[in-house]
Amino acid sequence: MTDALAIRDLSHAWGRKSALDGVGFRVARGRFSALLGPNGAGKSTLISVLTGLIRPRPGRVEIGGIDLARAPRAALAQIGVVFQSATYDAELSVLSNLRYFASLQGLDRKTSSQRIDEALDRLDMRERARERVRDLNGGHRRRMEIARALLHRPALLILDEPTVGLDAPARRAITDHVHDLTGHGVSVLWATHLSDEIRDSDQVVLLHQGRLQADGTAGALRAGSALSDWMLRETGAMPC
Amino acid sequence: MLAHPARAVGAIVTRELRRYLSQRARFLAALVRPLIWLLVFAAGFRAALGLSIIAPYQTYITYETYILPGLCGMILLFSGMQSSLSLVHDRESGAMRLLLTAPLPRWFLLGAKLLAGAVVGLVQVAAFLLIAALYGIKLTWIGVISALPALILCALMLCALGLLLSARVRQLENFAGVMNFVIFPMFFLSTALYPLWKMQESSEFLAWLCRVNPFTHAVELIRFALYGQLNLPALGWTVLALIVFFGLAVWGYEPARSRVSR
Repeated sequence: MTDALAIRDLSHAWGRKSALDGVGFRVARGRFSALLGPNGAGKSTLISVLTGLIRPRPGRVEIGGIDLARAPRAALAQIGVVFQSATYDAELSVLSNLRYFASLQGLDRKTSSQRIDEALDRLDMRERARERVRDLNGGHRRRMEIARALLHRPALLILDEPTVGLDAPARRAITDHVHDLTGHGVSVLWATHLSDEIRDSDQVVLLHQGRLQADGTAGALRAGSALSDWMLRETGAMPC
Repeated sequence: MLAHPARAVGAIVTRELRRYLSQRARFLAALVRPLIWLLVFAAGFRAALGLSIIAPYQTYITYETYILPGLCGMILLFSGMQSSLSLVHDRESGAMRLLLTAPLPRWFLLGAKLLAGAVVGLVQVAAFLLIAALYGIKLTWIGVISALPALILCALMLCALGLLLSARVRQLENFAGVMNFVIFPMFFLSTALYPLWKMQESSEFLAWLCRVNPFTHAVELIRFALYGQLNLPALGWTVLALIVFFGLAVWGYEPARSRVSR
């Protein structure tokens, strides 16, 4: 089976400043992979490449086995994205936001209604479907964005620091929710700078100054020195 | 095969219309501006400005009748800039990122945004023409129907200009300045308020600026179309401006240059 994501020798520079330097790793299907690194490590640049907002030059990205440079539309159809900043329309209802996204992904009315109903049930938000998004709390807004990103059943769910700005219980709830999704076959790439959002069985891709520092399971990296060294250097604390 | 693009266009246009209609103040402001020009400014200017018979008019006309096409153009110009502001807001709020990650060509998604902005502008023009007719400006159904393609084309051209500006403007705060540098010169250096020969009498250079201003051609296209006539040079210049503005906007939103990705 092809990997949900395969990246090879990916580099990118903003002007003269290198943001990614020869990065390469894979995300297996149904796996939770954490893209870990401090601010400025290149996580957001990498996500901009994966979502087609920047062209990978040089380097190669395959999403669900489809080359992003050769078949961008087919490759983009394989991903669901939750960006760090909110991308919903706060003035519109939850339902309108979900329908808008479903239409952008080309889902017909019947399919989109069915999947939106499922998503609302899963989030326990059916009664709030017609409420404006601005009236929801931060945790519910994030959950809605995650549900929205999964409407077209992508091969890979990409989340860029999705817990930023949330309180501790909401953070934990979102982290648990996305970990649970991998049990339903969803592959996840979760960008974060917080190591407590990562479980021992998760894959960790450690980025620092645009370079790949380590790639392995969190348990193995914690047992070794890579994650501990990075945590000590960046935060002065040992990983959880 | 065409279902996906059609659904995406429908969703983008519906979202833009919903947002517009939910902002009543924006709807009223869009109408008040041209109505003040029509009801107040034109009343004063009627006495000061003598109009000779010029094409497409067959006889002497009131000043209100003369500026009507220019005011339609003014609504579309402001609407185009407003849609540009909405694009900058979408980019700052992240909604533009979401749009551009949809599995459709970028030029197509931007074209859909263009269409959405044009639809919003046309709704405003329809409301304005209705009030103008009630005020006593002579309009015929045939004239209005024949002006519709011209209005659509002008709306697209001015929204394309807005799209181009939104590709280059970094932040909402910078946008007010851009609007002043674009809207006022475009509007006043055109035939919206006075015929070209009047401008030529006072300054050849200003008359030349009016001639190269795409807004002048948009206004003339609407003016002739309201009388069931086609002004071919105006049509050519408006189409050319639409192609150039949209082409540059798509280029500006290309991944290598776009500010959306940062």
